[in-house]
Amino acid sequence: MKTLIRNMSPRGDAAGEDLSGHPSDIPLAVHDLTVAYHRKPVIWDVDLDIPEGKLVGIVGPNGAGKSTLMKACLDLIPKTSGEVAIYGKSYRSQRRMVGYVPQRESVDWDFPVSALDVVAMGTYRQLGWLRPVGRRQKEQAMDALEQVGIGHLAKRQIRQLSGGQQQRVFLARALAQDAKVYFMDEPFAAVDAATEEAIVKLLRTLNERGKTCLVVHHDLATVSSYFDWLVLLNMRVVASGPTKEVFTAANLEKTYGGHLSLIDDALRALRNVVE
Amino acid sequence: MWWNRTFVPLLLALLTLPCAASDGGFGWVDVVLLRTHNTWVVVLSTAVLGVASGAVGSFLLLRKRSLMGDALSHATLPGIGIAFAVMTAAGGDAKSLPGLLLGATVSGVLGLLVMLGIGRTTRLRDDVAMGLVLSVFFGLGVAVLGMVQRLPDAAGLESFIYGKPASIVLDDFRWIVALAVIVTVVSILLFKEFKLLCFDDGFASSQGWPVLALDILLLGMVTAVTVIGLQAVGLILIIAFLITPPAAARFWTDHLPTMAFLSALIGGVSGWLGASISALTPDLPAGGVIVVVAAAVFLVSMFCAPARGVLGRWLRHARLRHKIGRQHLLRGAYEILEADQSRPGAPDNHAFPRAELQGKRTWTPHELGRILRREARRGHIEDLPGSRLRLTEEGFGEAARITRNHRLWEMYLVTHADIAPSHVDRDADMVEHVLEAELVQRLEAALRKQGAWVPQPRSPHRI
Repeated sequence: MKTLIRNMSPRGDAAGEDLSGHPSDIPLAVHDLTVAYHRKPVIWDVDLDIPEGKLVGIVGPNGAGKSTLMKACLDLIPKTSGEVAIYGKSYRSQRRMVGYVPQRESVDWDFPVSALDVVAMGTYRQLGWLRPVGRRQKEQAMDALEQVGIGHLAKRQIRQLSGGQQQRVFLARALAQDAKVYFMDEPFAAVDAATEEAIVKLLRTLNERGKTCLVVHHDLATVSSYFDWLVLLNMRVVASGPTKEVFTAANLEKTYGGHLSLIDDALRALRNVVE
Repeated sequence: MWWNRTFVPLLLALLTLPCAASDGGFGWVDVVLLRTHNTWVVVLSTAVLGVASGAVGSFLLLRKRSLMGDALSHATLPGIGIAFAVMTAAGGDAKSLPGLLLGATVSGVLGLLVMLGIGRTTRLRDDVAMGLVLSVFFGLGVAVLGMVQRLPDAAGLESFIYGKPASIVLDDFRWIVALAVIVTVVSILLFKEFKLLCFDDGFASSQGWPVLALDILLLGMVTAVTVIGLQAVGLILIIAFLITPPAAARFWTDHLPTMAFLSALIGGVSGWLGASISALTPDLPAGGVIVVVAAAVFLVSMFCAPARGVLGRWLRHARLRHKIGRQHLLRGAYEILEADQSRPGAPDNHAFPRAELQGKRTWTPHELGRILRREARRGHIEDLPGSRLRLTEEGFGEAARITRNHRLWEMYLVTHADIAPSHVDRDADMVEHVLEAELVQRLEAALRKQGAWVPQPRSPHRI
């Protein structure tokens, strides 16, 4: 019964087990994480330590397991093996510290709610069971909407927002949670230039406030200007570290051109033999 | 929440109405107003059922689990048969409603668990799991009913399949009202939780809400509504009672509490009216009539609801099409006048051949004729003898204004959005028809800042 109650608690304030060996000042520590869908591994033996206060880009080709990594960290899909620690403890006991921005396509935008309603969902956890959204939560939600620059659209039904505005609503919802670590799944996917600018500005603001942001990203051209820490992922972690050190041609080739480079190597070897 | 305040008194009013009713003749008014003793139990329990199913149905619809509700209701049948057999064997009242309903609930929940189990442990899709549970459990139920048919007192069991509200007695009524009130109150209390579950279960789960438990609770409420609806509408038609009211309500509003309230209202009213009509005409089975009434409300909503209804959308579309046609016509005419080489300087208004306008765009002579007639009615253009046309004074002004808007927008696209001049006409076309006065002013300001301002700009491309 006790476990049941703990599982049911939306606040996640029941004390979780202390994961051994993970320092409590590291926002995200991933150890030996493997996730498999139907016996086919999607990410394999991932080890990561993300230092506090960084803007972290998670980059890799399609199917590299970027979203899977994020979902496994947030207990949204089962882990095949390995463990994840948020500030030294399991995710279940640290939910309060984590804000999640899912992919925009993951929900039906023809849902009968307004932008403000969606953002207010970020405050549901602190409200707990049964208590309805009150004035304080609405103010909090409004404040979050202002921060992403669409306060004037609060009353709009979410279908009537553009793609970029919908993305900003999702970001505002995570802001309303007032977390310490943010997990953002492709916030830059298919947004207009104004939204991209607004998101970058928001990331910088969060960074100045000492928050850690993990962002799944796919535009290599902007990686070095947006992020100061980079994780290159292709089933395994190819490299993780400060962007300046990690963002190199050799690492990118390892991440994106695994097969290609293998063929290149083979051809080169063949040529050596022939000559 | 405002609808709690509206909803609860409404429910109370529903419940107290029959107390005020007096014995009288047996007429239409008496039935609808619950004045006859025999029918008020039936009519009222159906109405209360409608309210509960409308409320919980909103969440079922938004969770996109409508068909799961259907499978669930079919899965109750074997439980009814088995409960009947068990109660006969135990020597009690074999048709005691709570007993039968308990059986229905157990087998409904079992069907639900099988459905969730198939979905979670195999790679089969949800629709397969639902189809399997629906048909297998229903088949099993038909078989069990066939077997218990030989037991004494079994007549009437099959009325659970199609419903037979006349069989509802006062004792049943208490059960129905109690469960309906519980379901309605739970959906009000957990409104926020269900809203989050239906909108974004991934986010809900990341926040620590027990998504699976909430899903089971929601489907449990659907089971409760199904079970108390067995007598009134039957297990085949109950799904219509769960889906039709919220689907109809969705057309009227984009506000979830309003939608849930409307849905409960529609459910209640269709239950009330359907049962009344059926009570007045002995040959009409209530289940069918109730569903038909709900469907009528749905049809009216689908066509007439201003926000999302078909008619409204069609009208808005037609209006926009007319507006675009009109603007193309006037701009075409203005450009013809402008291009007239025989009169240099600013264009002035004079007659021109209709054929020239025909060649301006790819419209059929029939289409052009229709737009021309509409514009003639508005007093913007005159049909002159010899297939010639002339803009009126008002039409000429309007044409100049429209052309100006179009070119402002084109120039804005060229200077600000970096679109090639050869492509700009088409892009400008899409937006200019919806340009509001305020936006035009902002366009002018933007172009003025660029130093690209002219009272009537020239076209950036060849016309």
